[in-house]
Amino acid sequence: MKRSKRFEVLENRPVHQDGFVHEWAEVGLVAMNGPNDPKPSIKIENGRVVEMDGKPRSEFDMIDQFIADHAINLELAEKVAAMDSRELAKMIVDVNVPRSEIVKLTTAMTPAKICEVVGHMNVVEMMMALQKMRARKTPDIQCHVTSLTDNPVQIAADAAEAALRGFNEMETTVGIVRYAPFNAMALLIGSQTGRGGVLTQCALEEATELQLGMKGFTAYAETISVYGTENVFVDGDDTPWSKAFLASAYASRGLKMRFTSGTGSEVQMGYAEGKSMLYLEARCVYITKGAGVQGLQNGSISCIGVPGAVPGGIRAVLAENLITTMLDLEVASGNDQTFSHSDIRRTARTMMQFLPGTDFIFSGYSAVPNYDNMFAGSNFDAEDYDDYLVLQRDLMVDGGLRPVSEEEVIAIRNKAARALQAVFKELGLPPITDEEVEAATYAHGSKDMPPRNVVEDLKAAEELFKGPATGLDIVKALAKNGFEDVANNVLGMLKQRVSGDYLHTSSIIDKNFVVKSAVNDPNDYAGPGTGYRISPERWEEIKNIPWAMRPDQIG
Amino acid sequence: MQISEQLVRQVVQEVLASMGQAEPAKASAPEAPAQPVSGLTLTELGPAQPGTKADEVVIGLAPAFGLYQTKTILGIPHAVVLREMIAGIEEEGLRARVIRVRHTSDVAFVAHTAAKLSGSGIGIGIQSRGTTVIHQKDLDPLSNLELFPQCPLLKPETYRAIGRNAARYAKGGSPNPVPTENDQMARPKYQAVAAVLHIKETEHVDRNAKPVELAVSFK
Repeated sequence: MKRSKRFEVLENRPVHQDGFVHEWAEVGLVAMNGPNDPKPSIKIENGRVVEMDGKPRSEFDMIDQFIADHAINLELAEKVAAMDSRELAKMIVDVNVPRSEIVKLTTAMTPAKICEVVGHMNVVEMMMALQKMRARKTPDIQCHVTSLTDNPVQIAADAAEAALRGFNEMETTVGIVRYAPFNAMALLIGSQTGRGGVLTQCALEEATELQLGMKGFTAYAETISVYGTENVFVDGDDTPWSKAFLASAYASRGLKMRFTSGTGSEVQMGYAEGKSMLYLEARCVYITKGAGVQGLQNGSISCIGVPGAVPGGIRAVLAENLITTMLDLEVASGNDQTFSHSDIRRTARTMMQFLPGTDFIFSGYSAVPNYDNMFAGSNFDAEDYDDYLVLQRDLMVDGGLRPVSEEEVIAIRNKAARALQAVFKELGLPPITDEEVEAATYAHGSKDMPPRNVVEDLKAAEELFKGPATGLDIVKALAKNGFEDVANNVLGMLKQRVSGDYLHTSSIIDKNFVVKSAVNDPNDYAGPGTGYRISPERWEEIKNIPWAMRPDQIG
Repeated sequence: MQISEQLVRQVVQEVLASMGQAEPAKASAPEAPAQPVSGLTLTELGPAQPGTKADEVVIGLAPAFGLYQTKTILGIPHAVVLREMIAGIEEEGLRARVIRVRHTSDVAFVAHTAAKLSGSGIGIGIQSRGTTVIHQKDLDPLSNLELFPQCPLLKPETYRAIGRNAARYAKGGSPNPVPTENDQMARPKYQAVAAVLHIKETEHVDRNAKPVELAVSFK
């Protein structure tokens, strides 16, 4: 065939680099409303569920059992099961039905029922629902701060800049596992240099992650994964009960935590049992609820290429975020992994959460260039900052970021690098040179940093992890070296463990160390003029991107 | 209380046993074996036995490798993959033994099974799509010596280097890990296709089947 020049042009567009596949419902390669998904039902006898979603109790797998026993408000369950799903969907979208009322019904649904209900909504209705159903009134944003070379000085500087830019939660991880204590400490010190009260975590193997939290090097945890089929769960050597146990270990130490799940993980691992991705994800949301955990990170996360490849997949990803809020949980709504070669497509995908706002629109946004992103790249990165600021300004939407000046960024990066330098010196860790501080001050990514002695670093990091040093030693080191303000901020984070206020649903901590959560900042959206509205001060901030021209200076 | 992995595993198994765990439903009847892979003949010799010679590396093939599937996600024929891997092992003066693992399609467990049967304690596990792990028998199954998770980045020369490194571990060395690329855009391009290939591999899992010794010949 002689080739059409137009088709040749189209084939060279970035979107053709993405993989697309047709549905294969039999094995669960279908986004939502799969032909093998169970039909909703519930039967309760003597306060005990004897049938759920068409399955008698005797046939329950361990996930069914956990959900039936712990995750559903049984008081209203039979009433809700008898209600028309389309009517329930309308009530959820209806601005005249308050969240506080509808949440009583949504938390009484079975997994199949909740999927049927959201299945009646188009994406605009889902966004309407998300705007109303998210737990915290004020939307927020989380970021990734990582380094290809695990360079602690770079991590501290990037964390400080990210705090200045408006991120209230930060997540790091490692290239080399043994670097973890350094990365966690650098993120803590950097973030608290940028702004007191930023929550930080270090994603690792679960036991190590808990230990770092107990040392006071991190403030919360997120990478506690749950799955929607028994086979996948068991392959990870886990059960809903073992995950609930881990969750209580965090709570008992006064540490915030949320679970993680997402559409596509079961089919990715070959054990979807022929169910749709959304139905299996709904089960994960219920496991989270049943475990008594305050929130969940979902939105497909690292499996985004799977729902992203099938019809309606991005609608299902929005639906899973919505289901999380319908169970009255905090949602950290994804947008955190490379998703598409096409800038059009990756932006459209993020609008689903950006426009309605969620507890954390991103979980997270890469605050470093994607080449440094050790979570395998995010949907938006540091090179997209100005585009994102313009999106906020164009649409008058609060996406959580603020314009910053080059001068203030340089200053805060320098301060964070020096603060870390002082702590390293005080704790007897391999020295951070002035050259490194200078490089981190002006760096864009790890390619701009001089190499460190990795062998020495790893040895010291291992000793630090095994040794007695805690967050308090960091506070002392900072105070002794003239960083009293940063020391106070780190101490403020440690105090949270004792007060425990930030264990409430959807908590963030402001610069005065006041916790803002679904308890004292509940979402009261009820239509135009209600719920979260951009304040005049915040609008001034969003409007004033530094590179916009002033009319009086034109001509 | 110290909670060992073994204890967790035991508890999991007890919970499952008490609930009468059902086998996962077969989604559809597995398709017939593909045409013999061009250039590769795999002959089943019976149950795979634990090796006694310290100079061997065992290569564990996932259930569909070279049988129901014939090439990796990049289109590299399985014959080429296996030939390169064996050549890498032989370059280091060691011998390769090939088995098929049938009870799992999880590459970590395929590799760990191979390592446990290997006289040297070193095994390589490979899935049909190309994902590969170098394992050691004393490590936890979900740990590894070297993991090559991004199958779209693995080329024939990578497989030779993987064979070479596995042999070096078997000789008691600590080789530099095989250099791997990292392409963040591999996810949007390949993740769904990789999932389909894995589903097609998993369809051939028989949870009760024992590993099988294979005779390999290249034409």
